[in-house]
Amino acid sequence: MNKQKTVITLAIVLGVVFAIGIVVYRSITDAEVAKLIEEQPSVLVRASAKTRGAVDAKVHIVEFMDPGCETCRAFHPFVEQLLADNPGKIRLSIRYLPLHEGADVMVKILEAADKQGKYWETLHLMFESQPQWASHHHPQPEKIWPLLPQIGLDVDAIRRDMNAPEIDAILAEDLAAARALNIRKTPSFFVNGEPLRNFGYEPLRALVHGALAASY
Amino acid sequence: MTDAESTPPPDASHARAWQILVACWLLATGASLGSLFFSEVMELPPCSLCWYQRIFMFPLAIVLLVGALTVDRHCIRYALPLAIGGWAFAAYHVLLMVGIIPESAAPCQQGVSCTEVQLELFGFASIPVLSLLAFTAIAAGLLLIKLRYSR
Repeated sequence: MNKQKTVITLAIVLGVVFAIGIVVYRSITDAEVAKLIEEQPSVLVRASAKTRGAVDAKVHIVEFMDPGCETCRAFHPFVEQLLADNPGKIRLSIRYLPLHEGADVMVKILEAADKQGKYWETLHLMFESQPQWASHHHPQPEKIWPLLPQIGLDVDAIRRDMNAPEIDAILAEDLAAARALNIRKTPSFFVNGEPLRNFGYEPLRALVHGALAASY
Repeated sequence: MTDAESTPPPDASHARAWQILVACWLLATGASLGSLFFSEVMELPPCSLCWYQRIFMFPLAIVLLVGALTVDRHCIRYALPLAIGGWAFAAYHVLLMVGIIPESAAPCQQGVSCTEVQLELFGFASIPVLSLLAFTAIAAGLLLIKLRYSR
Protein backbone atom coordinates (compact mmCIF):
# COMPACT_ATOMS: atom_id res chain seq x y z
CA MET A 1 0.00 0.00 0.00
CA ASN A 2 1.02 3.56 -0.65
CA LYS A 3 0.97 4.62 2.99
CA GLN A 4 3.26 1.82 4.09
CA LYS A 5 5.70 2.70 1.34
CA THR A 6 5.72 6.32 2.50
CA VAL A 7 6.44 5.32 6.10
CA ILE A 8 9.17 2.86 5.15
CA THR A 9 10.79 5.42 2.85
CA LEU A 10 10.76 8.00 5.64
CA ALA A 11 12.29 5.47 8.05
CA ILE A 12 15.09 4.73 5.59
CA VAL A 13 15.70 8.46 5.07
CA LEU A 14 15.94 8.99 8.84
CA GLY A 15 18.37 6.11 9.16
CA VAL A 16 20.57 7.41 6.36
CA VAL A 17 20.56 10.94 7.81
CA PHE A 18 21.56 9.51 11.19
CA ALA A 19 24.41 7.48 9.68
CA ILE A 20 25.68 10.48 7.69
CA GLY A 21 25.51 12.57 10.85
CA ILE A 22 27.72 10.07 12.68
CA VAL A 23 30.32 10.01 9.91
CA VAL A 24 30.39 13.81 9.57
CA TYR A 25 30.60 14.42 13.33
CA ARG A 26 33.38 11.83 13.80
CA SER A 27 35.44 13.21 10.93
CA ILE A 28 35.11 16.75 12.29
CA THR A 29 36.17 15.81 15.84
CA ASP A 30 38.94 13.50 14.56
CA ALA A 31 40.32 16.34 12.46
CA GLU A 32 40.23 18.71 15.45
CA VAL A 33 42.12 16.24 17.65
CA ALA A 34 44.67 15.51 14.91
CA LYS A 35 45.26 19.24 14.42
CA LEU A 36 45.70 19.77 18.16
CA ILE A 37 48.23 16.93 18.43
CA GLU A 38 50.16 18.27 15.44
CA GLU A 39 50.28 21.83 16.72
CA GLN A 40 50.81 21.00 20.41
CA PRO A 41 52.41 17.56 20.78
CA SER A 42 52.79 18.21 24.53
CA VAL A 43 49.04 17.84 24.97
CA LEU A 44 49.38 14.17 24.07
CA VAL A 45 52.90 13.48 25.37
CA ARG A 46 53.57 14.81 28.87
CA ALA A 47 57.35 14.99 29.34
CA SER A 48 57.12 13.64 32.91
CA ALA A 49 54.89 10.68 31.98
CA LYS A 50 56.27 7.33 33.07
CA THR A 51 57.61 5.45 30.11
CA ARG A 52 58.49 1.83 29.46
CA GLY A 53 60.51 0.46 26.56
CA ALA A 54 63.45 1.82 24.60
CA VAL A 55 63.83 5.61 24.63
CA ASP A 56 64.68 5.66 20.91
CA ALA A 57 61.80 3.36 19.91
CA LYS A 58 60.03 4.71 16.84
CA VAL A 59 56.58 3.51 17.87
CA HIS A 60 55.15 5.37 20.81
CA ILE A 61 51.96 4.19 22.52
CA VAL A 62 50.30 6.70 24.84
CA GLU A 63 47.71 5.11 27.10
CA PHE A 64 45.22 7.09 29.15
CA MET A 65 44.29 4.75 31.95
CA ASP A 66 42.61 4.38 35.32
CA PRO A 67 44.02 1.90 37.87
CA GLY A 68 40.42 1.13 38.92
CA CYS A 69 39.17 0.36 35.42
CA GLU A 70 38.58 -3.32 34.62
CA THR A 71 39.25 -2.94 30.91
CA CYS A 72 42.58 -1.23 31.64
CA ARG A 73 43.38 -4.24 33.81
CA ALA A 74 42.45 -6.58 30.98
CA PHE A 75 44.56 -4.64 28.46
CA HIS A 76 47.62 -4.44 30.70
CA PRO A 77 49.09 -7.88 29.84
CA PHE A 78 48.14 -7.44 26.19
CA VAL A 79 50.13 -4.21 25.90
CA GLU A 80 53.02 -5.75 27.85
CA GLN A 81 53.05 -8.60 25.35
CA LEU A 82 53.15 -6.17 22.41
CA LEU A 83 56.21 -4.56 23.98
CA ALA A 84 57.85 -7.91 24.71
CA ASP A 85 57.24 -9.15 21.17
CA ASN A 86 58.92 -6.10 19.63
CA PRO A 87 61.91 -5.35 21.83
CA GLY A 88 63.45 -1.92 21.34
CA LYS A 89 60.79 -0.84 18.88
CA ILE A 90 57.87 0.24 21.08
CA ARG A 91 57.69 2.75 23.88
CA LEU A 92 54.67 3.00 26.23
CA SER A 93 53.73 6.15 28.15
CA ILE A 94 51.13 6.11 30.88
CA ARG A 95 48.74 9.01 31.45
CA TYR A 96 45.92 9.19 33.94
CA LEU A 97 42.19 9.50 33.60
CA PRO A 98 41.02 8.25 37.01
CA LEU A 99 37.25 8.02 36.54
CA HIS A 100 36.59 5.38 39.20
CA GLU A 101 36.01 6.30 42.80
CA GLY A 102 39.27 6.06 44.74
CA ALA A 103 41.35 5.76 41.57
CA ASP A 104 42.95 9.18 42.11
CA VAL A 105 44.36 7.82 45.39
CA MET A 106 45.89 4.95 43.40
CA VAL A 107 47.49 7.39 40.97
CA LYS A 108 49.04 9.27 43.89
CA ILE A 109 50.39 6.05 45.40
CA LEU A 110 51.71 5.05 41.99
CA GLU A 111 53.55 8.32 41.46
CA ALA A 112 54.95 8.16 45.01
CA ALA A 113 56.13 4.58 44.36
CA ASP A 114 58.12 5.89 41.41
CA LYS A 115 60.36 7.72 43.88
CA GLN A 116 61.31 4.27 45.17
CA GLY A 117 61.87 3.03 41.64
CA LYS A 118 58.90 0.68 41.77
CA TYR A 119 56.41 2.31 39.43
CA TRP A 120 55.70 -0.66 37.15
CA GLU A 121 55.66 -3.20 39.99
CA THR A 122 53.13 -1.04 41.80
CA LEU A 123 50.96 -0.66 38.71
CA HIS A 124 51.06 -4.41 38.23
CA LEU A 125 50.09 -4.98 41.87
CA MET A 126 47.19 -2.55 41.58
CA PHE A 127 45.79 -4.35 38.56
CA GLU A 128 46.33 -7.75 40.18
CA SER A 129 44.49 -6.74 43.35
CA GLN A 130 41.92 -4.53 41.63
CA PRO A 131 38.93 -6.80 42.40
CA GLN A 132 39.67 -6.38 46.11
CA TRP A 133 39.73 -2.59 46.27
CA ALA A 134 37.80 -1.34 43.23
CA SER A 135 34.35 -2.92 43.57
CA HIS A 136 31.84 -0.62 41.92
CA HIS A 137 29.34 -0.98 44.71
CA HIS A 138 31.85 -0.63 47.46
CA PRO A 139 35.23 0.81 46.45
CA GLN A 140 37.80 0.50 49.25
CA PRO A 141 41.05 2.06 48.09
CA GLU A 142 42.46 1.64 51.63
CA LYS A 143 42.66 -2.11 50.96
CA ILE A 144 45.74 -1.53 48.79
CA TRP A 145 47.87 -0.48 51.78
CA PRO A 146 48.52 -3.91 53.35
CA LEU A 147 49.59 -5.19 49.92
CA LEU A 148 52.26 -2.56 49.23
CA PRO A 149 55.04 -4.08 51.41
CA GLN A 150 54.77 -7.28 49.31
CA ILE A 151 56.76 -5.59 46.56
CA GLY A 152 59.19 -3.98 48.97
CA LEU A 153 57.68 -0.51 49.16
CA ASP A 154 58.32 1.76 52.11
CA VAL A 155 54.71 2.52 53.04
CA ASP A 156 55.55 5.43 55.32
CA ALA A 157 57.44 7.13 52.51
CA ILE A 158 54.51 6.56 50.17
CA ARG A 159 52.14 8.20 52.65
CA ARG A 160 54.51 11.16 52.88
CA ASP A 161 55.20 11.51 49.15
CA MET A 162 51.76 10.89 47.69
CA ASN A 163 50.39 14.29 48.66
CA ALA A 164 53.10 16.26 46.90
CA PRO A 165 51.72 19.18 44.90
CA GLU A 166 53.60 17.93 41.82
CA ILE A 167 51.36 14.86 41.75
CA ASP A 168 48.22 17.00 41.94
CA ALA A 169 49.61 19.03 39.05
CA ILE A 170 50.18 15.86 37.02
CA LEU A 171 46.59 14.75 37.65
CA ALA A 172 45.23 18.15 36.68
CA GLU A 173 47.35 18.24 33.53
CA ASP A 174 46.23 14.78 32.44
CA LEU A 175 42.55 15.56 33.08
CA ALA A 176 42.83 18.74 31.03
CA ALA A 177 44.64 16.86 28.24
CA ALA A 178 41.94 14.17 28.17
CA ARG A 179 39.28 16.85 27.81
CA ALA A 180 41.20 18.59 25.02
CA LEU A 181 41.73 15.28 23.21
CA ASN A 182 38.03 14.39 23.53
CA ILE A 183 38.75 11.29 25.65
CA ARG A 184 35.97 10.16 27.97
CA LYS A 185 36.73 6.46 28.34
CA THR A 186 39.59 4.34 29.61
CA PRO A 187 41.76 2.87 28.37
CA SER A 188 42.30 5.22 25.41
CA PHE A 189 45.28 4.55 23.20
CA PHE A 190 47.23 6.70 20.78
CA VAL A 191 49.93 5.16 18.60
CA ASN A 192 52.33 7.75 17.17
CA GLY A 193 49.62 10.35 17.64
CA GLU A 194 46.95 8.28 15.92
CA PRO A 195 43.94 7.47 18.15
CA LEU A 196 42.59 3.93 18.40
CA ARG A 197 39.15 4.48 16.88
CA ASN A 198 37.57 1.04 16.99
CA PHE A 199 38.19 -0.24 20.47
CA GLY A 200 39.48 -3.77 20.97
CA TYR A 201 42.57 -5.99 21.20
CA GLU A 202 42.82 -6.69 17.50
CA PRO A 203 42.33 -3.07 16.36
CA LEU A 204 45.07 -2.04 18.81
CA ARG A 205 47.38 -4.76 17.53
CA ALA A 206 46.65 -3.68 13.95
CA LEU A 207 47.33 -0.02 14.77
CA VAL A 208 50.64 -0.90 16.44
CA HIS A 209 51.68 -3.26 13.64
CA GLY A 210 50.82 -0.57 11.08
CA ALA A 211 53.06 1.90 12.92
CA LEU A 212 55.84 -0.72 13.18
CA ALA A 213 55.62 -1.43 9.46
CA ALA A 214 55.78 2.29 8.67
CA SER A 215 58.75 2.93 11.00
CA TYR A 216 60.98 -0.13 10.59
CA MET B 1 -25.16 22.05 4.52
CA THR B 2 -23.37 23.81 7.33
CA ASP B 3 -22.41 20.38 8.57
CA ALA B 4 -20.67 19.54 5.32
CA GLU B 5 -18.76 22.79 5.50
CA SER B 6 -17.45 22.46 9.03
CA THR B 7 -16.50 18.78 8.98
CA PRO B 8 -14.36 17.58 6.09
CA PRO B 9 -15.52 14.52 4.15
CA PRO B 10 -14.58 11.21 5.86
CA ASP B 11 -11.84 10.22 3.38
CA ALA B 12 -10.00 13.50 3.63
CA SER B 13 -10.21 13.55 7.40
CA HIS B 14 -8.80 10.07 7.52
CA ALA B 15 -5.86 11.03 5.33
CA ARG B 16 -5.21 14.18 7.36
CA ALA B 17 -5.28 12.22 10.63
CA TRP B 18 -2.77 9.77 9.20
CA GLN B 19 -0.50 12.59 8.09
CA ILE B 20 -0.52 14.06 11.58
CA LEU B 21 0.23 10.61 12.95
CA VAL B 22 3.21 10.27 10.60
CA ALA B 23 4.42 13.73 11.61
CA CYS B 24 4.25 12.69 15.28
CA TRP B 25 6.13 9.49 14.50
CA LEU B 26 8.82 11.45 12.63
CA LEU B 27 9.22 13.76 15.62
CA ALA B 28 9.46 10.86 18.06
CA THR B 29 11.97 9.01 15.88
CA GLY B 30 13.98 12.16 15.24
CA ALA B 31 14.07 12.91 18.97
CA SER B 32 15.07 9.33 19.82
CA LEU B 33 17.86 9.27 17.24
CA GLY B 34 18.93 12.74 18.32
CA SER B 35 19.23 11.70 21.94
CA LEU B 36 21.18 8.60 20.90
CA PHE B 37 23.45 10.85 18.86
CA PHE B 38 24.12 13.03 21.90
CA SER B 39 24.94 10.09 24.15
CA GLU B 40 26.55 7.54 21.81
CA VAL B 41 28.27 9.70 19.20
CA MET B 42 29.00 12.94 21.03
CA GLU B 43 29.35 10.95 24.26
CA LEU B 44 27.52 13.44 26.43
CA PRO B 45 26.46 11.42 29.46
CA PRO B 46 22.65 11.48 29.95
CA CYS B 47 21.54 12.62 33.42
CA SER B 48 18.83 10.74 35.28
CA LEU B 49 16.00 13.03 34.17
CA CYS B 50 17.11 12.60 30.57
CA TRP B 51 16.77 8.87 31.08
CA TYR B 52 13.18 9.22 32.24
CA GLN B 53 12.37 11.23 29.14
CA ARG B 54 14.02 8.58 26.97
CA ILE B 55 11.88 5.93 28.65
CA PHE B 56 8.84 7.73 27.23
CA MET B 57 10.29 8.82 23.88
CA PHE B 58 11.80 5.55 22.61
CA PRO B 59 8.53 3.52 22.80
CA LEU B 60 6.66 6.41 21.15
CA ALA B 61 8.86 5.97 18.08
CA ILE B 62 7.86 2.28 17.89
CA VAL B 63 4.16 2.59 18.81
CA LEU B 64 3.62 5.42 16.33
CA LEU B 65 5.56 3.54 13.64
CA VAL B 66 3.22 0.56 13.98
CA GLY B 67 0.21 2.90 14.08
CA ALA B 68 1.34 4.70 10.91
CA LEU B 69 2.15 1.46 9.07
CA THR B 70 -1.14 -0.24 9.92
CA VAL B 71 -3.12 3.03 9.57
CA ASP B 72 -4.54 2.39 13.03
CA ARG B 73 -5.65 5.46 14.91
CA HIS B 74 -6.23 3.38 18.03
CA CYS B 75 -2.47 3.56 18.58
CA ILE B 76 -3.18 7.00 20.06
CA ARG B 77 -4.64 5.23 23.07
CA TYR B 78 -1.19 3.84 23.83
CA ALA B 79 0.87 6.73 22.52
CA LEU B 80 -0.86 9.62 24.25
CA PRO B 81 -0.07 8.50 27.84
CA LEU B 82 3.58 8.14 26.82
CA ALA B 83 3.61 11.61 25.26
CA ILE B 84 2.00 13.19 28.32
CA GLY B 85 4.26 11.34 30.76
CA GLY B 86 7.36 12.39 28.85
CA TRP B 87 6.04 15.93 28.59
CA ALA B 88 5.69 16.11 32.38
CA PHE B 89 9.32 15.03 32.91
CA ALA B 90 10.57 17.42 30.24
CA ALA B 91 8.60 20.32 31.75
CA TYR B 92 9.98 19.54 35.20
CA HIS B 93 13.50 19.35 33.78
CA VAL B 94 13.20 22.71 32.01
CA LEU B 95 11.84 24.38 35.16
CA LEU B 96 14.79 22.92 37.04
CA MET B 97 17.30 24.26 34.53
CA VAL B 98 15.74 27.69 34.37
CA GLY B 99 15.90 27.75 38.15
CA ILE B 100 12.20 28.02 38.93
CA ILE B 101 12.46 24.78 40.88
CA PRO B 102 15.42 25.05 43.26
CA GLU B 103 18.31 22.68 42.63
CA SER B 104 17.98 21.16 46.09
CA ALA B 105 14.75 19.61 44.81
CA ALA B 106 16.62 17.93 41.97
CA PRO B 107 16.61 14.13 42.08
CA CYS B 108 20.17 13.79 40.76
CA GLN B 109 22.91 12.61 43.03
CA GLN B 110 25.99 11.05 41.55
CA GLY B 111 27.24 11.33 38.04
CA VAL B 112 25.84 14.01 35.82
CA SER B 113 24.08 17.07 37.14
CA CYS B 114 20.62 17.59 35.66
CA THR B 115 21.08 21.35 35.70
CA GLU B 116 24.42 21.55 33.96
CA VAL B 117 23.90 22.82 30.42
CA GLN B 118 25.88 20.49 28.13
CA LEU B 119 24.76 21.78 24.80
CA GLU B 120 22.88 24.77 23.48
CA LEU B 121 21.59 25.16 19.93
CA PHE B 122 20.63 28.54 18.48
CA GLY B 123 21.30 30.13 21.87
CA PHE B 124 18.23 28.82 23.66
CA ALA B 125 17.58 25.18 22.81
CA SER B 126 19.30 23.09 25.46
CA ILE B 127 18.61 19.36 25.30
CA PRO B 128 15.69 19.49 27.82
CA VAL B 129 14.13 22.37 25.86
CA LEU B 130 14.33 20.31 22.66
CA SER B 131 12.74 17.42 24.52
CA LEU B 132 9.92 19.61 25.84
CA LEU B 133 9.27 20.99 22.34
CA ALA B 134 9.14 17.48 20.87
CA PHE B 135 6.83 16.09 23.55
CA THR B 136 4.57 19.15 23.27
CA ALA B 137 4.25 18.80 19.51
CA ILE B 138 3.66 15.05 19.68
CA ALA B 139 1.04 15.34 22.44
CA ALA B 140 -0.68 18.20 20.60
CA GLY B 141 -0.76 16.23 17.34
CA LEU B 142 -2.14 13.12 19.00
CA LEU B 143 -4.76 15.13 20.91
CA LEU B 144 -5.77 16.83 17.68
CA ILE B 145 -6.37 13.48 15.98
CA LYS B 146 -8.24 12.18 19.01
CA LEU B 147 -10.56 15.19 19.40
CA ARG B 148 -11.00 16.23 15.81
CA TYR B 149 -10.95 13.06 13.75
CA SER B 150 -12.48 10.47 16.06
CA ARG B 151 -16.17 10.18 16.22
